[in-house]
Amino acid sequence: MEPFAWRPARTVAEVAEATHTAAAAMLTLQPRPSEGEAVVVKAGGVDLLDLMKEGLLLPRTLLDISLLEELKGISALEDGTLRIGALTTLGEIAASPLIRRRYAALAEAAGSAASPQIRNRATLGGNLLQRPRCWYLRSSAHHCLRKGGGHCFAFSGDHRYHAVLANHGCAIVHPSSLATPLLAFRAELEILSSGGRSHRLPLEDFFVLPEADLHRENILKSGELLAAVHLPPQASSRHSSYLEVSERAAFDWPLAAAAVNLQMDTEGRCQYARVALGAVAPIPWRAVQTEVLLEGEILDAGRVASAAKAGLQGATPLPHNTYKLPLAVALIRRAVLAAAQLADEEGGAH
Amino acid sequence: MNDRDGRHTKFPHGLAHLGLDEVEREIAPDEPPPWGPNAELTQIGKSVPRWDAAAKVTGKARYTVDVELEGMLHAAVLRSPWPHAEVLDLDLGAAATAPGVRAVLALLDRPADKEAAELRYVGQPIAAVAADSLALAEEALRLIRVEYVPQAFVVDLEEAMGTHAPAVYASLAHEEIPSAGLPGRASGIPLRGNVRGADTQGSRGNIREGFAAAEVIVDRTYRTQVQTHSCMEPHAIVASWHEDGLEVWMSTQFTAGVRAQLAHEFQLPLARVSVRAQAVGGAFGSKSQLRLYGRAAVTLSRMTGKPVRLVHRRDEEQMDTGNRPSSKQNLRIGARRDGSLTAISLHAYGSAGIAFGAWAGNIASAMYSCPNVESLQYDVFTHASPGCPMRGPGNTQGAFALEQAVDELAENLAMDPLILRDRIDPSVVRREERRLGAARFGWSRRHLPGADAYPVKRGMGMAQSLWPANVQLNAACELQLWRDGRVEILSSVQDIGTGVGTVLRQVVAEELGLEPQQIQLRIGDTEFPSGPPSYGSRTTASITPPARSAAWQIKQALFRSLADRWQVEPEALAAHNGWIYLAQDHERRISWPDAAATLRTDRISAFASRSDDYAGFRSRSGDAAIALNDLGGVQFAEVEVDTETGVIRVVRVLAVHDCGRPLNPLQIESQIQGGILMGISYALLEERILDRHTGWMLNPNFVDYKLLGAADTPQLEVILLENYQGLSATDAYGVAEPANIATAAAVANAVYNAIGMRMETLPMTPAKVLDVLAQSSRRRP
Ligand SMILES: Cc1cc2nc3c(=O)[nH]c(=O)nc-3n(C[C@H](O)[C@H](O)[C@H](O)COP(=O)(O)OP(=O)(O)OC[C@H]3O[C@@H](n4cnc5c(N)ncnc54)[C@H](O)[C@@H]3O)c2cc1C
Repeated sequence: MEPFAWRPARTVAEVAEATHTAAAAMLTLQPRPSEGEAVVVKAGGVDLLDLMKEGLLLPRTLLDISLLEELKGISALEDGTLRIGALTTLGEIAASPLIRRRYAALAEAAGSAASPQIRNRATLGGNLLQRPRCWYLRSSAHHCLRKGGGHCFAFSGDHRYHAVLANHGCAIVHPSSLATPLLAFRAELEILSSGGRSHRLPLEDFFVLPEADLHRENILKSGELLAAVHLPPQASSRHSSYLEVSERAAFDWPLAAAAVNLQMDTEGRCQYARVALGAVAPIPWRAVQTEVLLEGEILDAGRVASAAKAGLQGATPLPHNTYKLPLAVALIRRAVLAAAQLADEEGGAH
Repeated sequence: MNDRDGRHTKFPHGLAHLGLDEVEREIAPDEPPPWGPNAELTQIGKSVPRWDAAAKVTGKARYTVDVELEGMLHAAVLRSPWPHAEVLDLDLGAAATAPGVRAVLALLDRPADKEAAELRYVGQPIAAVAADSLALAEEALRLIRVEYVPQAFVVDLEEAMGTHAPAVYASLAHEEIPSAGLPGRASGIPLRGNVRGADTQGSRGNIREGFAAAEVIVDRTYRTQVQTHSCMEPHAIVASWHEDGLEVWMSTQFTAGVRAQLAHEFQLPLARVSVRAQAVGGAFGSKSQLRLYGRAAVTLSRMTGKPVRLVHRRDEEQMDTGNRPSSKQNLRIGARRDGSLTAISLHAYGSAGIAFGAWAGNIASAMYSCPNVESLQYDVFTHASPGCPMRGPGNTQGAFALEQAVDELAENLAMDPLILRDRIDPSVVRREERRLGAARFGWSRRHLPGADAYPVKRGMGMAQSLWPANVQLNAACELQLWRDGRVEILSSVQDIGTGVGTVLRQVVAEELGLEPQQIQLRIGDTEFPSGPPSYGSRTTASITPPARSAAWQIKQALFRSLADRWQVEPEALAAHNGWIYLAQDHERRISWPDAAATLRTDRISAFASRSDDYAGFRSRSGDAAIALNDLGGVQFAEVEVDTETGVIRVVRVLAVHDCGRPLNPLQIESQIQGGILMGISYALLEERILDRHTGWMLNPNFVDYKLLGAADTPQLEVILLENYQGLSATDAYGVAEPANIATAAAVANAVYNAIGMRMETLPMTPAKVLDVLAQSSRRRP
């Protein structure tokens, strides 16, 4: 690892002045900070350390934001919104009684990510902003498209963990497990930019597909800070669930994940459905077709199964990751049934 | 009585839980008298905690990576970025003059008959630098200029078998080709393209007639992946070359062997080389040799006159410190309706990268009775780092195929897999293991394949292991008794986590009537008598008998000293519970320290080496011998398969094993648990992934190279047999490898029982399970 300076940031303004996103600092094309000049924000440092050890990111300075009060705490706002500071750790999210009660899918996702030790360091902000796990991106020996190179190694190489949806140009999957339930809850992001201005933006508009920009996963600009995530009020009649499948029970990213937020009426009719998928696309993915087929309908196992299937419409799996389709469909189906509090009677159509 | 004055003695014999009989052996005069069965002993067969456990969990244990010497330099290695390239020029000049650099060393040889040196895998060492700090050494690596001419390459076993595949070796005659298994030379067996073979060892009878006589035939192709050793402590060495000789600290499983290699390669007298390994953080077969990195560190130390430390980074560790070869096995078995086998044909293709000796299939020819066996073993060379032995080498890959094929045969014969094995397995020990295991596991509750309700299906399976009990003859120790009563055992044998230190203490304590913690261990240092390697599951079998002999001799000497004083015959004395007393009159006694105080000199010492097994050996080569008995082992697994997500969860494993006389059940159980966990990890997760287009390992870290974790650990249960053979002073054998061999096959058989589909390829990931299930539903009308 290369030498670097470490500086604690005392004010938000200080950060906003001269920092670079990791994506910008890793890019070998313009615009980018010149070699060894980048100043990068550090929260828990879990992802940064990996990138630095591999020699993919060579910052001049790590600006430690862990002292910034603006980025801390879980608080219920007057309008019923829940504000979760970007520095909140995954462990705190998983343990928060408020989140567990109202936003169970989020607590579930946070509690099943990584391992207990990592969850005690990893922050919400860093989790949403971590770089993808594509092993070609993560290897300094492979100068891939996303780093500014001219070649994608994954398409003709080993893409067993890659995207099956919207995977044109680059087939990374978005690595954040928390983004999946956050999308299902219609979360908004609170972003601070230079001059201390803050604005809010739906999480759904934050992430970027490769066809729009190959070189970054989101629209956060250099100099901006993610301050918090806002969760809209959640009626007590709404129920959420999160399910993921990974190869190992801990210390692993999911192969696929599904988060569901549902509202059912007393007759068993679905009044509201929001379904999001993780690890299947370069961004947290909304299964819009599933939502359409659920809303307004009396839910039974058959209907849920066919709605789940529709969630993967338009998929373009690669030769070695077709398994993700049945996997994601099964997760959607089970997550919907769990959120609707229906028994899994007959299983999927087989 | 023969001319060596041997004596005939009766030893306990048989399986203890079935009742013992006796066997008569003739033993040499310096061998101790037989021990009774464990039930009659005080320390042996008892669960004594590991001697170094506290030091390890408190961070006190000193590993090679912890060794710091005055003026020590740090070495870093430049490695090949290309899977196959010619090196036209290697310019070390700029690196040699870089700040802090003390020496640079080329690690590539140009063969005499060639224009250029050749690189054959990504990560192959090219040059090493020794500098004042690791950072400076790494900095200097960047100044080394290498002129590469990249060449066509192949990293996939099956692609490498193709007629147009780029050749790894033009011939086997001239090259120094590393061996992945037993020592030997690659030449002498034909090479066609990248395929070397066949080695036909194990073949017998007439295979064509065998299949003609068969009424049922199973035939399948199985594939296993490359697994890395993934030692927690990386390969590491600190070498210090000075006027008097060479001192080396190394994370090794064979201090004495490394010393012999060093003496040979650097032309030093054996006595001028010392090798130490105090604590070793895992080895599993990958740390038995000096290897190129060890040679490099020693050479750099010789060049600079300073100690040099060389420690692998995790990615170097995963890429280039050895691995378990992959395999493709075509296995065909024929049987009569009654189950008796008529023919076994195995065509095993193993790839150890640039090494030979993948040996993917010994077990198929050795486990079951069958008159006609065709065993063809091939090496397939690829542009990948050399494989080396790993916990049950060859047999682990082979068992995955063989034990599934036998299960499939049982199903086709409408026989229970255990009943078929009763018919074809000649081992009475494994028969007993199957019987005990089946009862304990609840085998009778096993349902028909795929019978569980959708979607999460349970299944039970079992599989067997086979491993030749083997012994190191060049294995010795010394026992010293000090006048203050202190007892020390000295041997170069290293405790790499197997617990051999603990059993040595138990053996000596039993003989001397002391407690294990009263015995001081001085091991892991070649200044002491040469001990055995910690591989082959042979350590305990090799070093505990001489330890007992030496203790017995010391005891005799002490008895003689006392007998003079007490005016009795030495034979009239006994040692127990910290006392020495007259066997006839327990009131006449003296404490151990008081007895020792009667010695004429400050200390006395006894030296003993491993004698031959009392009933002889099956075979012998160099310093090693194969005992008459085999080590068995039968494992039962229960799994849950989620047929919608493809996730296999191993719910429980029951392992029934034997290793002669069990010395320390606690440690044996933990050794077996480790073997099972490694086996489940192999079955479900681990896989070295090389990129087909760049030759790079894509997962050289513990995030992407997936090892089984605590959360994946099933319920484990071990049943241990006491199997007395009367073969040595302790009658104990190892268990490390048998514990690993059967697991993946048992899990695979359980998966079949759950879903009614065979998993032919390891690891059994959700992706593979879903693919297999999708094929089955396509095949159904
Ligand atoms: C073994 C392992 C398993 C894992 N498994 C999972 C998993 O299953 N699911 C999952 O989602 N994640 C998983 N992770 C990833 C882990 O959750 C993230 O690495 C972690 O959340 C990053 O948070 P951090 O605070 O350490 O971020 P840092 O490493 O400090 O920062 C990450 C990035 O975000 C930027 N950044 C951080 N905070 C801010 C902010 N407030 N404003 C602007 N920029 C900011 C940094 O500049 C950097 O670019 C795993 C990690 C490991 C090592």
